Amino acid sequence: MTATASGVAAHIGSGAGTHGSRRRSAGWLGFSPFALYVLLFLAIPTVYAVGSGFFTKDGAFTFANLAAFANPTIIGDFVSSFWVSAVVALLGAVLGAVVCYALMGTKPDGVLRTIVDSASSVLAQFGGIMLAFAFIALMGIQGVLSLFLKQTFGVDINTLSPNGPLLYQVAGLVFPYLYFSVPLMVLTFMPAMEGMRQQWAEAAATLGASRATYWRRVALPILAPAFWGSTVLLFANAFSSFATAAALIDQGGIVPLAIKQQLTSETVVGVSNTAGVLALGMIVVMVAVMALYTALQRRARRWQR
Amino acid sequence: MSRRPAGVIPSRTASAVLLTVAGILFALPLGALLLSTFRVAGDPGAFTVSHYAAIFDPGQELTYDQLFQGIGNSLMICLITVAIVLLVLLPTVVLVELRYPRVRRIVEFVCLLPLTIPTVVLVVGFVPVYQVVAGAFGSAAWTLSFAIGIIVLPYAYRPIQTNIRAFDVVVLSEAARSLGAGWLPVVVRVILPNLRRGILSACFLTIAVVLGEYTIASFLNQTTFQTALLLLQQTDPYVSAIFALFALAFAFVLLLAIGTAGNLTRAKRRTR
Repeated sequence: MTATASGVAAHIGSGAGTHGSRRRSAGWLGFSPFALYVLLFLAIPTVYAVGSGFFTKDGAFTFANLAAFANPTIIGDFVSSFWVSAVVALLGAVLGAVVCYALMGTKPDGVLRTIVDSASSVLAQFGGIMLAFAFIALMGIQGVLSLFLKQTFGVDINTLSPNGPLLYQVAGLVFPYLYFSVPLMVLTFMPAMEGMRQQWAEAAATLGASRATYWRRVALPILAPAFWGSTVLLFANAFSSFATAAALIDQGGIVPLAIKQQLTSETVVGVSNTAGVLALGMIVVMVAVMALYTALQRRARRWQR
Repeated sequence: MSRRPAGVIPSRTASAVLLTVAGILFALPLGALLLSTFRVAGDPGAFTVSHYAAIFDPGQELTYDQLFQGIGNSLMICLITVAIVLLVLLPTVVLVELRYPRVRRIVEFVCLLPLTIPTVVLVVGFVPVYQVVAGAFGSAAWTLSFAIGIIVLPYAYRPIQTNIRAFDVVVLSEAARSLGAGWLPVVVRVILPNLRRGILSACFLTIAVVLGEYTIASFLNQTTFQTALLLLQQTDPYVSAIFALFALAFAFVLLLAIGTAGNLTRAKRRTR
């Protein structure tokens, strides 16, 4: 048994005496099901999705497909995706932070906190097209809120926009997207809120700080990285969301819908593998956004121990 | 306590008012969805329970045929995806903690990667992969489990990982080994019982993800619960609303079970 093998592997393996090295390599084999699975269903699909944008229909390498990024429809889709996600992220972050602040007034292990946590999880992660149904029931053409506003105030929210019913166009996505973004903010921002020590407030008060000064000079600077980190996460989540939009909008309009359109019928753009090019664009945005998130999280964690 | 120390904790009134407003706003869409299940087509003032009865009406069986087929497919996918979590992911996490802690960061990175890669992007790659899969296993709906298992990874990995880090696997297993237990009894009788809560959370989250999954099934043209629900929404929005509400409530109960179990263990630890 070689002495170079370090760490726990050798430590535990030593019990097996001379069979140590054989057992160790057998141990590595234990990773093979996981490795194979991840290779086949995560690595290959991702590489294919991103790489296919660089090939022609006949399989020759090309950069020509990137011309799709100059297509006005595609640019429009990216712009729409960006602004919808940005609006949803900012509004969702502010509203979610307010909910977190309100939750600070409740018992950490109380029933209410558990219910809010579970409900937030469901709405933030598993809602999909069912949330779209809820918003159709609320503010669709026959929606409860639409009818109420029409009967009480004579305002028809579905004729306000020149492009047809509000809910069935890109701008209308802001409402259902907020509905899953605010809970996501609660889930991701709450730990930072809970990490705020009462002693910091007391220390500031002892030194003569008013409540406003404490907020401005202590609490907000400490919470800022976590807040922006969560905002970035909300952006990423909204940007990559597909199901809710697919249930509301039949045509394209945002990038995920455009990918579906391109996969089912390659039209409009005039280059091959447009879906792959769009996937590449999405990945570039997501990697940039997640890098920013990781950096912000690292700063935020400084105060959470 | 009239004078509270200045801090991030709001007053009781402020907290109650804010939470009530938020609660009402968040109840509105779901309340509207619930209300819509009692409505009569074309008559906004009337209410009926006939949509609930219709689900069990043999005369309308054809209308909901696809929905029930989708539910059946989704349950099958649930089973296989849970099996993937238990037979592929779980042994890997245990192996990492027991013998190869140095690769923990790699496994963690891989398991959290699906959060960064949007499902719509993955699906572009799944289309050609599934042409191969169809050649090997046929194109039945259950084959979706392989793809859905990937997007489940982050949700299943985190509770298992949190749980396994909470107790000292190496010390426990060495204690068992020194008492003469082989590796198999160590894993089955020492490690897995300690991991019960993490495994259960992982399975519940997996079920919640599978039942809510729409993107992959839609791109790969399979009938699952969610794709059938969306189709049904065009013809019978009332019944699709009933099932959507039921599914959301079911997911809520699953997560509530995870949350309550978490609180109980935390409370127990504190009283010790």
